[in-house]
Amino acid sequence: MDGFLRLITLQDSSTRTVLVGTVILGIAAAIVGTFAVLRRRALVGDAAAHAALPGTCVAFFVVGDRSFAGFMLGALLFALLAAAFVAFVKSATRVKEDAAIGLAIGGFFGFGIVLSRIIQRHPTGNKAGLDSFIFGKAASMIESDVRLIAIVAAIVVAVVLLLYKEFTLLCFDRDFAQSQGWPATALDLILMTLICGCTVIGLPAVGVVLVVSMLVLPPVAARFWSDRLSTVVILSAIFGALAAFLGTAISATAPVPGIAGFSNSGWPTGPIITIVSASIFILSMLIAPRRGVLAAGLRAFLLRRRIGLQNLLRSVYEHLEPGGDLGRPWAIGAAGEHSAAAPRAHRAGLITTNQDGRFQLTHAGQQAASELVRVHRLWELFLIEQAAIAPDHVDRDADQIEHLLPAAVLAELEERLQQTGRMPIGPSVVPTSPHPTMGPP
Amino acid sequence: MIHASPPAQSAPATTVAVEVHDVTVAYQRKPVLWDVDVNIPAAKLTAIVGPNGAGKSTLLKAILGLVPLASGRVEIFGKPLRRARSLIGYVPQRETVDWDFPVSALDVVLMGRYGHLGWFARPKTSDRDLAMESLRKVAMVEFASRQISELSGGQQQRVFLARALAQQAELYFMDEPFAGVDAATEKAIVDVLRDLRAQGKTVVAVHHDLQTVPEYFDHVLLLNMRLVASGSIDECFTQANLQRTYGGRLTLLDEAAEAVRLGRVRR
Repeated sequence: MDGFLRLITLQDSSTRTVLVGTVILGIAAAIVGTFAVLRRRALVGDAAAHAALPGTCVAFFVVGDRSFAGFMLGALLFALLAAAFVAFVKSATRVKEDAAIGLAIGGFFGFGIVLSRIIQRHPTGNKAGLDSFIFGKAASMIESDVRLIAIVAAIVVAVVLLLYKEFTLLCFDRDFAQSQGWPATALDLILMTLICGCTVIGLPAVGVVLVVSMLVLPPVAARFWSDRLSTVVILSAIFGALAAFLGTAISATAPVPGIAGFSNSGWPTGPIITIVSASIFILSMLIAPRRGVLAAGLRAFLLRRRIGLQNLLRSVYEHLEPGGDLGRPWAIGAAGEHSAAAPRAHRAGLITTNQDGRFQLTHAGQQAASELVRVHRLWELFLIEQAAIAPDHVDRDADQIEHLLPAAVLAELEERLQQTGRMPIGPSVVPTSPHPTMGPP
Repeated sequence: MIHASPPAQSAPATTVAVEVHDVTVAYQRKPVLWDVDVNIPAAKLTAIVGPNGAGKSTLLKAILGLVPLASGRVEIFGKPLRRARSLIGYVPQRETVDWDFPVSALDVVLMGRYGHLGWFARPKTSDRDLAMESLRKVAMVEFASRQISELSGGQQQRVFLARALAQQAELYFMDEPFAGVDAATEKAIVDVLRDLRAQGKTVVAVHHDLQTVPEYFDHVLLLNMRLVASGSIDECFTQANLQRTYGGRLTLLDEAAEAVRLGRVRR
């Protein structure tokens, strides 16, 4: 815990480098990832990541073991090759996108594994190479590596911000963009290059299998919190940075069974960053106020309860209406099937029980009930008049719509019924129901 | 080239907005548009009409350069497409877009201004004002900050129309603007069209409802893979032409297309 606190307050110089590297990466990947997800290109990023393996192997053959930049370049070239391959297969054959991506992942990665085997037998080959490529080895990032990552990340973010409106247009409506004269294919290519670039600089930190999660998870989590693109992009960057920061810190300091402290045998960074990112996503999915699952469930539940109560009041009203006296008591079973809402109606002061054990409407209840019925019958009239629905079918439709109408629409409805002379009586009196209601027992 | 019968055309209008010269469009080996040669007049409202699969949307997209031409060429106000972009407004079909995208109605309409902004530039206040004005013209101002997934189909269509209006074009292409919209939206769109015509603008719209063609439009283009007829409503929108456009049995051209596709005939 001590080590963790030291780490997150950036007191430990050796880990500071790593932290800076992964956070910069997290931000860049999240920003690019937002557009990748909106453009539905996120999985092509996965293919690009897998294609990076043969890329780094080829780079090894060309420039040897020492050049980090060389590895990145080789990785980038093959990543772009894989993206181009997917695009080609999609356009030139009947193979669909998901199959094309599968082809790319399998083909390139398989080829890469063969190459890396060859390298491992090579006298100057790095034995641990494949493992750290797959899982990431942030702990062995040195300052020059981080500098390169930072430069590339800065370029990537700068290009996204420069081309913000162009990418927004491309992702939203490609045809419209083209009709305005924007070079949609070129823009797609640029976006793809940015995705590949982010993928490639992410490899040393989190490894090939999980780098796509740094592109996808933050924007998807951010989407739950906002309906505005600019907010989604910013939130996505924050989530990406947070996941990278916490993930790196935890992976460096969390005790590995049998091994303590920050060392090269700590947890691999990739999976921990991904777990933190996924946790942010799950939390967002659950608790986000408007689009979150819990909020939606609560809204649906409250709406059902509200409808239940309103149905009760309406059926009570229609039961009492023929007798002319809304205040008289009735036996609960006679007023319809919605008595499950009766306890709540009692608590809300709309219904009371008299000495005989029979229910009756309070003054507030009478007001609420007649208002509800007025609105309901206005809709019925409207649907019959304007939408040509047979009167017997009306009740069900009016039921649903009425509970979702805002007050302004209701006012307009009344006005229109008044104008067409279909509003039979004044605003405080209830229009006669156009289909037979249940009378007294 | 096979013509079932020569396409009928009335006398050309004084100015021509779109010249389509012998345009053929094919997907793989099956022709979708065959040898379409037509002039669309300026300052008029023209409807493109025909059965499903007739190539109506494809003709629009071919004119706009969104699908490649197998042969032929298109000119807009006498210029090639790439020099006429700023004169064009486009209302695509609603289905082409993901309406869950995190943008508001105003954001979408603002996109209509992007063509005038050029690379890297951000929209200015004047662009925003224009966008709001366009929303007002389609009676959607109160929905400016609403996220687009919260809009009904008719409201989404009006936002698309407002976006095209914000382009401040001379020539508007619309792909089924009246498809699946409510009565209020239909009226709003018709009002906008009449307004555009009064300003001397040209509108070319794919339209699916034969009943309303004479009421809403001045000119009609009858299409069924090939041009059947084009001209003013009075001269062209006749029973005979409609029969030829929508006729049930396969025409000679359709049979030939089938034969080519199945490889029985060498082209």
